[in-house]
Amino acid sequence: MIRVELPSHLRTLARIAGEVQLEVEGEVTQRTVLDALEGRYPMLRGTIRDQVTGQRRPFVRFFACAEDLSHESPDAPLPEAVASGREPLLIVGAIAGG
Amino acid sequence: MSGVRVLVGTRKGAFVLASDGKREKWEVSGPHFAGWEIYHLKGSPADANRLYASQSSGWSGQVMQRSSDGGKTWEPVGNQFVYDGVPGTHQWYDGTPHPWEFKRVWHLEPSLDDPDTVYAGVEDAALFRSRDGGKTWQELSGLRGHGSGPRWQPGAGGMCLHTILLDPSDPARIYIAISAAGAFRSVDAGVTWQPINRGLHSQYIPDPTAEVGHCVHRIAMHRSRPQVLFMQKHWDVMRSDNGGDSWQEVSGNLPTDFGFVIDVHAHEPETIFVVPIKSDSEHFPPEGKLRVYRSRSGGSEWEPLSKGLPQSHCYVNVLRDAMAVDSLDECGVYFGTTGGQVYASADAGESWAPIVRDLPAVLSVEVQTLQ
Repeated sequence: MIRVELPSHLRTLARIAGEVQLEVEGEVTQRTVLDALEGRYPMLRGTIRDQVTGQRRPFVRFFACAEDLSHESPDAPLPEAVASGREPLLIVGAIAGG
Repeated sequence: MSGVRVLVGTRKGAFVLASDGKREKWEVSGPHFAGWEIYHLKGSPADANRLYASQSSGWSGQVMQRSSDGGKTWEPVGNQFVYDGVPGTHQWYDGTPHPWEFKRVWHLEPSLDDPDTVYAGVEDAALFRSRDGGKTWQELSGLRGHGSGPRWQPGAGGMCLHTILLDPSDPARIYIAISAAGAFRSVDAGVTWQPINRGLHSQYIPDPTAEVGHCVHRIAMHRSRPQVLFMQKHWDVMRSDNGGDSWQEVSGNLPTDFGFVIDVHAHEPETIFVVPIKSDSEHFPPEGKLRVYRSRSGGSEWEPLSKGLPQSHCYVNVLRDAMAVDSLDECGVYFGTTGGQVYASADAGESWAPIVRDLPAVLSVEVQTLQ
């Protein structure tokens, strides 16, 4: 079970109360986690990564285990602690004012 | 019982203001989509309960919302806007080529007769259409691809397609406007387009009378006379009596002919409203006095309307999509400001009162007249 924490405005959009728990088939990577997340919550498509290119949106960052994974390959395995569900993958809006 | 519903898009959410036909007491709901920029929301002329909203943010991009109960509840619909083919380049601010990139939906124009058909004007400028209630969007790429696209350039707010006018007398005729490319017309339901900017004069482009490159801020039309168009350009208020084939200036005695909004009285096709703004660098009313100007002669002769509006120390702006009229017997006029006020007049501009005073900066105002 993979745990994902979303920023509050995306939780509101997807009508999610708290942390999301997802089943991910195969290797646990940014891409497979986001595929599972968008599969369950289609309204999140385009809000975290581009729908065509798959690129992370510029003001979105991925943190886990006190590390910034934003610039890792979308197909790189996520830390074992995330894959095992001990730690969540944090999807965070960059601090940009407003 | 007749009434009105005012749909307000702001920098931090949407608000719905409702009143009966007297337009004295208002019920305010919102913020809907709190924290998001709502560039525009608009109701279907064919079904007053069907609304569409453009919701966006710098963090999370574009989301589209649809309501089927007049704005009480909303559901996200499709938000994939993909340019047709290879998008190519337009001009950047310094004249260099810049790739076309989708940023947001500025304006939504529901079809006049089908609640499931809606047009979307986007930045970077292009026109999209949905025929399935917003689930999927297809570009009408004849506009962007008609030939002049590489010469279009962004205005200060971005290169946006902000105005879409559907001709009630001819479903195939559509007018659009882009900052800063100009106005365009299609007579085949959006398949092919031609620029309609003859008569415009813009000092900020190398050839002031060029076919494209003009910063048109807004176009308005009265549904009974779709060949007559009124334009607020960056500078200059203009009119056309031949569907955009040519334009003539009607700024007349306005204190400044810079501004963003322009609209037409619901029952008097020659009565038009603008809000003069001091200049392109000073986006506030001249002399700190917020005044709507009305012409009852289709332009050139203007009278200030200020009763109920602040007449000192007022330095707000009124953005291009932030004025609308209702079609009750006594035409109501509404506009919103960057200071968060939404003003209403139930007597065609003679007197004004704020419906709300302290919203986030208002980006758009639309009105539905409910019978």
